[in-house]
Amino acid sequence: MAFFPLHESSLQPLLFTNGRIIDPVNGVDRSGDLLVDNGRIVATGEKLQPEHPGLRRIGLAGKWIVPGLVDMHVHLREPGEEYKETVASGTKAAAAGGFTAVAAMPNTKPVNDNQAVTTLIHVKAAAGYARVYPVGAISPGSSGDNLAEYGEMRRAGVVALSDDGRPVSDSQLMRRALEYAGNHHLLVISHAEELALSRHGAMNEGSLSTRLGLIGIPRVAEEIMVYRDLALARYTGRPIHIAHVSTREAVSLIRRAKEMGCRVTAETAPHYFTLTEEAVGRYDARAKMNPPLRTADDVAAIKEGLRDGTLDAIATDHAPHSELEKDVEFDLAANGIIGLETALPLALALVREGVITPSRLVELLAVNPARILGVAGGSLAVDGAADLTVIDPERQFVYTLDQIVSKSKNSPFLDWEMTGKAVLTVVGGRITYDGLQ
Amino acid sequence: METEYRFTHKHILSLDDLSPQDVDYILRVADSFKEISERPIKKVPTLRGKTVINLFFEPSTRTRLSFEVAAKRLSADTFNIAPSSSSTTKGETLVDTACNLAAMNPDIIIIRHPNSGAARLLARHINASVLNAGDGTHEHPSQALLDMMTVKEKKGRLAGLKVAIVGDITHSRVAHSNILGFSKMGATVTVSGPATLLPAGIEQMGATVCSSVEEAVADADVVMALRIQKERQRDPLIPSLREYANFFGITARTLAGAKPDALIMHPGPLNRGVEMDPAIADGPRSVILEQVTNGVAVRMALLYLIMGGD
Repeated sequence: MAFFPLHESSLQPLLFTNGRIIDPVNGVDRSGDLLVDNGRIVATGEKLQPEHPGLRRIGLAGKWIVPGLVDMHVHLREPGEEYKETVASGTKAAAAGGFTAVAAMPNTKPVNDNQAVTTLIHVKAAAGYARVYPVGAISPGSSGDNLAEYGEMRRAGVVALSDDGRPVSDSQLMRRALEYAGNHHLLVISHAEELALSRHGAMNEGSLSTRLGLIGIPRVAEEIMVYRDLALARYTGRPIHIAHVSTREAVSLIRRAKEMGCRVTAETAPHYFTLTEEAVGRYDARAKMNPPLRTADDVAAIKEGLRDGTLDAIATDHAPHSELEKDVEFDLAANGIIGLETALPLALALVREGVITPSRLVELLAVNPARILGVAGGSLAVDGAADLTVIDPERQFVYTLDQIVSKSKNSPFLDWEMTGKAVLTVVGGRITYDGLQ
Repeated sequence: METEYRFTHKHILSLDDLSPQDVDYILRVADSFKEISERPIKKVPTLRGKTVINLFFEPSTRTRLSFEVAAKRLSADTFNIAPSSSSTTKGETLVDTACNLAAMNPDIIIIRHPNSGAARLLARHINASVLNAGDGTHEHPSQALLDMMTVKEKKGRLAGLKVAIVGDITHSRVAHSNILGFSKMGATVTVSGPATLLPAGIEQMGATVCSSVEEAVADADVVMALRIQKERQRDPLIPSLREYANFFGITARTLAGAKPDALIMHPGPLNRGVEMDPAIADGPRSVILEQVTNGVAVRMALLYLIMGGD
C-alpha cells in the first residue's frame, strides 16, 4: 500500500488493460482498456497498443475501473482541529477509500465563512491526496443570523453553502440564503434538524433510548426541517440538497417533492443503510452521530431511496474525533464517525445484496455528487481529466485499527469483515493511492 | 443433573444483566443480612480489609448513607467523595477521575452520576467492582432490589402480582429498574402519568401503559409513586405541581380501585402533597420506611456478593 501526495506524484502514462469499465454517463459497462496520458483519458477500447515512453501497464482482470469517487460531505477539521484530521490526512484517507475529490464542510475553527479560510483550505489541498472543494457557511460563524459573503467565497473557490453541524433555525434566513445563493450560482446544502425537538438528544428516540436512559432525537426533528427546506426551495424556485437523510418519512418527502418537479437532490451516508440504533449497544459512542442511527424500517426505506433514485448520492459525513471527544459519558460524546475508508465496501455490499447495480453504485458515488456540486468528474469520457478509481469487488479484508489512514479512529465498523475495496486511485493522471499489491 | 447456582457478577450496573435466579439469590442473602442491623453490635467482619469508595457526582443523602452504613456493617473501610457534578468543566474526565481512584486499589466503587451509562463507562476502565447507585435517567438497580425485597417480604412472592408505577416515568431511573426487575420476576407492571412523562417504547421494557392513574392502579397489589424531578425537567412537561397533584397524585380517591391491602411505596425523597397525599404516605399501607430499612440489607448483600460471597 503506497500513497503519493498530488504535488509529488508524477504524470506517468498509464495503460489499464482488461478491466470492467463502468461509465454510466456514457452508457458504458464493458470490459476493455483505458489509456491515460498527460493527466487526461486519451483512449478507451479493446486491445489498445499505445507507444508511450515510460508507459506503465496495469492489468485489471476481475477489477472495475470507474470515474473517481466524489464524497460531497466530509469534515477535514483544518483549520482549528488538526489533532483530529488535516486536509492532508483526510484526503489521504479519501484516496485510500477510492475518492478523488471531497467537499469539505465549513464547520472548522474558524468557520469557513470568508474567502481567507477558503483560500487556506485550497493551499493545504495542493499538498494533499485528492481534490478538495470547500463548502462555505450559510451565515457568518454559522451563527444563523445573517448572510455570509457568498460572492467572495465563490470567487475564492467554494462550490456550495451549508449549515452543516449548526442548522439554520430561522426560516427567513434560510429563504434569503436560497435566494441570494442564486446570484452566485451556489447550491445550498441543508442539514435538516429542528433543534427544539433534538436538543440534548443523544440517539434515536424509541424503546432503546428509553432503556438506556438517553434523551431521544425523534425522526420528526429531521422530517419537519426537510419539509421546510423543500417548501422554501419550491417557493424560491431555487435548488436544494438535503444532507444525510436518515428516516423513512424524509425519503418519502423528497420523493414527493421530486415528483412535483422540485429541484431537490439528496444524499445519505453508509451508516444509515448499514446500521440501526442497536449499534449503540451499551453506550458505544462510536455509534453516536447526528442524525442518529435509526431503525430497520428506516434502513429499508433508505435502501429503496437509493435504488429508485430518490436519493442521489452516497456521502460519508466523515467526521473525525479523537478519544478525547469519544471516550466519555455517552451524552457528552461528540457526534460523528469517520467514513472515507469504509464507504465503498459498504456500498458494494448493497450491490451484492441486489439493492443496486454496479452502474448505480457509480452514479451514487461519483456521477451524481460531481453533477450536484457542479464540479468536473463523474465520467470516463476521452479528453476528460483522468480522475479514476480501480475497484477490486472481491478483495476481502478486515478493517482493523492499524490500517486506518485517517488521523482519527472513531468508526463503528472497526474489525468488520468487508468485501471489495478501492485498489488504485488516480487524480488528474497522478496516482494518489496504490493498493494493487 | 442440576447445576449448582453461583452468583458470578463482578459489577452491578443494570437489572438487565441479572437473571431471575440472581435477583432471587440477592433477595435471599439480603434477607439473611437484615438481622445484623437489628443486633446491639451491628457489625460483622465479612468485608474487613476491603476498601469501598462512594463516588457521588450528584447530591444524595439516603442512598449514599445507606451504602455507607451497609459497607460499615460489613467492616469495610469506606470513603466518600463528592466531586462537583461538573468535574468535566474542571478539565478532569470521568475516566481520569476513575483511573486515579483505581490507582489506590479500592475493591468497590459505588458511583452516582448525572449521565446515563456512566457506571458502565467506569467499569470498562477500571479493575475494581462497580456498583451503580443511579446513572442519569438510566437505572438505579439497588433501589429496585430493595423495592422487590420489601414487596416479597410483605406479599410472600413477586410472581403474579400487579405493580402500578405512577408519575415521571421518563426521568425516573427507579422506574426503569423496577419495570425491568418486577417484570423479570413475573409480576405485571402498569405505568401511568402525564403523557409528556411517559417515554417512547416503555412497553418494550415490560410495562403496560394506562391512560389514567385509576386504570393503572385497578386491582394493584403495589402502588408506587415517583418523585417529580424538577431538576431534570428542561422542557414544558407539566403545567404546575398543583395540577399534577390533582390529576396524578396518589390519594384515597385514586386508590379506590386498588386491592384493599395494596402496598404504598415511594423511592423518596417525597414531595409531600404532590406525588402523594400525606395521609396515604403515613397511612397503614405505606411501606416507605421499610423500603429504607431494606435498602441497607440489599446493599450489604450486593457488596458481599460482588466481592465473591462466602
